[in-house]
Amino acid sequence: MSEDIKVSIRNLYKVFGAEPQAAMEHVRAGMDKADLLEEHGHVLGLKDINVDMHAGKITVIMGLSGSGKSTLIRHLNRLIEPTAGEVIVNGEDVLAYNEEQLRRLRRENMSMVFQKFALLPHRTVLENAGTPLEVRGYERHEWEDEARKWLNRVGLEGQDNQFPHQLSGGMQQRVGIARALTSNADIMLMDEAFSALDPLIRTDMQDLLLELQEELHKTVVFITHDLDEALKLADHLVILKDGEIVQQGEPQRILLHPNDPYIVDFISDINRARVLRVRSVMQKTDQPRPGMAGEVDADDTLESVIALSEGDTALSYRVMRNGQQVGILSVKELVRALVPTAAAEDGIRAKAG
Amino acid sequence: MASYDFLFDGLGLREWCDAGSSQAPMSMADLIGKSQGGDAPARSIWDLPFPSMDALNDACPNFPQARELTKGLENGFLSIKDGLSLFLDPLTQPLSWFLEGALWLFQTVPWFVMIPLLLLVVQLVARSFGLVLFVAACIGFLAFIDHYDYAMQTLAIIFVCAFLCVLVGVPIGIAMSRSNTFQNITIPILDMLQTLPPFVYLIPLIFLFSVTEPKLYGIAIILYAIVPVIRLTNLGIRLVDKEVIEAADAFGMTSWQKLKGVQIPLALPNIMAGVNQTIMMSLAMVVIASLVSAPGLGVLVLRGIRNLELGVGLVSGLGIVLLAVVLDRVTKAALARVNAAQKQ
Repeated sequence: MSEDIKVSIRNLYKVFGAEPQAAMEHVRAGMDKADLLEEHGHVLGLKDINVDMHAGKITVIMGLSGSGKSTLIRHLNRLIEPTAGEVIVNGEDVLAYNEEQLRRLRRENMSMVFQKFALLPHRTVLENAGTPLEVRGYERHEWEDEARKWLNRVGLEGQDNQFPHQLSGGMQQRVGIARALTSNADIMLMDEAFSALDPLIRTDMQDLLLELQEELHKTVVFITHDLDEALKLADHLVILKDGEIVQQGEPQRILLHPNDPYIVDFISDINRARVLRVRSVMQKTDQPRPGMAGEVDADDTLESVIALSEGDTALSYRVMRNGQQVGILSVKELVRALVPTAAAEDGIRAKAG
Repeated sequence: MASYDFLFDGLGLREWCDAGSSQAPMSMADLIGKSQGGDAPARSIWDLPFPSMDALNDACPNFPQARELTKGLENGFLSIKDGLSLFLDPLTQPLSWFLEGALWLFQTVPWFVMIPLLLLVVQLVARSFGLVLFVAACIGFLAFIDHYDYAMQTLAIIFVCAFLCVLVGVPIGIAMSRSNTFQNITIPILDMLQTLPPFVYLIPLIFLFSVTEPKLYGIAIILYAIVPVIRLTNLGIRLVDKEVIEAADAFGMTSWQKLKGVQIPLALPNIMAGVNQTIMMSLAMVVIASLVSAPGLGVLVLRGIRNLELGVGLVSGLGIVLLAVVLDRVTKAALARVNAAQKQ
C-alpha cells in the first residue's frame, strides 16, 4: 500500500434488511440487487466497493439519488455499520474499533459537513463552530479563539452571536464548514454539502473549499449528485450507480475515456470546453517546435484557449508548466476533444430518442 | 332445572357441584323465583342466558358467583394492603411534608409579600408586562372577594404536584424515548391513568393512606397529571431532527453529551407543552381531590354541591377558571419564549 493513502475501503458490502448476514451469503454467491430484493426482501445498498483516498486530495463520490453515496460516506466514520468489508484509516481498520476508539476517531480524525447543515438551533454561531472542541472537554475560553478564527476564515466575521436561523443557507453552511475545521481533523467528510444551496452561492462555496484546500490540504471526501460540481472539485472521481462503482479515476480521464454507457450518457450534457484542461488533450513532448502561436498553461481550460485563438483552428500552442514546456496543443485537436465520445451519439441517444 | 345443567352433567362434574350445599347467598333472581312460587315454566331456546358466572352457578352450586370476583379483589387488596403501606408510607412521606410545607408557606407569607413575589415570578418566566398586569388583576379580584386563602392553598398544591410531576415525568419520558420496549410497556399504563375516571383511583388510595394525610390527594393528583409531561418528553426527544443527532454522533458526542446538549434542549418546546398540560390537569384534579380533604377552592365547590349553595359553588368555580387562565397564559408565554429562541 502506498504511503499517502489515507483512507482505504476494501470489498465493502452493505445489505439492508432483517437478516443482512444471511442475505450476504446470496450476494457472495452472485445474486444481483433486483433478485435479492424480490426473493429475500433485502436491499443491497453497496456492493464490493474498493476506493483508495489519498492524503491531501479531494475524492468526490458521485451518483444519483439511491446510488448509495450517502450510505458509503457514513461507513467511513461508522454512522452506518457495513455488512462486510474493511475501512482502513491511517492504516488501522476502523471496523475493529471499540466504542472509545471510534469516539476518538470521530472527535479527532474526521469531521463532517451535512447537506442540511445540521447546526444546533439553540446555540449561537460561535458555539456551533466550537462544538467539536467543546465535545472533547475544552472550556469555553479555550475554544473560543479557535472557533472565531475559523469563522473569520470562512467569511463570517462579526456574526458570532447570531443564531443559525438568523443566517441564510449559504452562511449556515459556512458555519458548518467552520465547525468541521475547528475540529482540526485531517479528514473532512462532506455529504452533499452544497446541494441545498442556490447555484450562485454553491459556486462561491466550491471556490471557498478549493481555496481552503490549497492552504490546508485536508483529505476531503465529497459526495455530490452534480457532475459539474464533481468535475470542479475532484482530484479523484468515483462514480456510483445502484450501489456499485461504475468507474473511478482522474476526472479528466473519465471524461475522455468513459468505460460505461451510463457515464457516457451522464457526461454528454456538460460543457466540455470549460471542464477539460489543456494537459488532458495536449500532445506530450518537451521538444520545441516552430510555428507556435503562443504559450498556454497546462491547467488552463480549453475554453480559455479557444478565446485566446479566437477560433482559428490552424494555430498551435506550447503548453507550459512551471516555466517548462510539457507539450503541444493544436486547436484542431482541441476542437475534436470537444465532441462527446462517439458512443454517446449513436448508443444512448438513439435509445433515448 | 337450570339452563346449563347439561354442561356439568356432560363433563361428569355433577358430583363435585353438589358436594356440600352451596354457601353462596341467594341471588336476586332466585329470590324472585321463589316468591313467585315453584320453578319457572319450561324454557325455550330464546330464554337461554349467556353462560355467565351467575348462570353457571345456577346449574352448579359450587361454581363461584360473579359477586365473588369483586369480593375476592377486595379481600386480595385488603390482605396486601398492610404490606403495601408498610413500603409505600415511608416512600411517600416526603410528599406529605412538601405539601404541608408549601401550604404553610403560602398561607403564612402575608399577602403584600406574596402577591409581588408571584408577579415577579411571572415576569421572570414570561417577560411580558401585560401578562403581569393581567395576573395582578386576577389575583387582586380573588383577594377582593375574600377567596385569597383558598386560591393560595390551591396554588400551593399545584406547585408541589406539578413540580414533582416534572421531576419524575421527564426522566421517564427520556427513558421511553431511548427504549422501544420500555415505551411499549409504559404506553398502556399511561393510557389507563389517563382514561380511568379520577374518582376510581381515589378508592384504593383511601384504603392505603389515612384521609387526613396530604399525600393521599398528592398521589392522586400526580398520577392523574403526570401523563402529558411523560408523553410529550418522549415525543419531543423522538422528534429531534435526525440530521442534528447524526451530526452530534459524527463529532463524537457521548450519549450523555447528546442528551444534555442536543436532545433535551431541542425537545424543550414539547416538554414545556407537556408541563403546561400537566399544570392544567393538576388543577382539574385538585377539585376532585377536595373529596379527600384537599384544601383550596375545591372545598368551596364541594360545599356548593353538597349544600346546594349556588352562589358559593359558582364563585369558587369562577376562581378556578381564573387560576387556570393565569397558569395557562404564564406557561404558554414561557413556551413561546423557548420557541422563539430555537426557531429553525
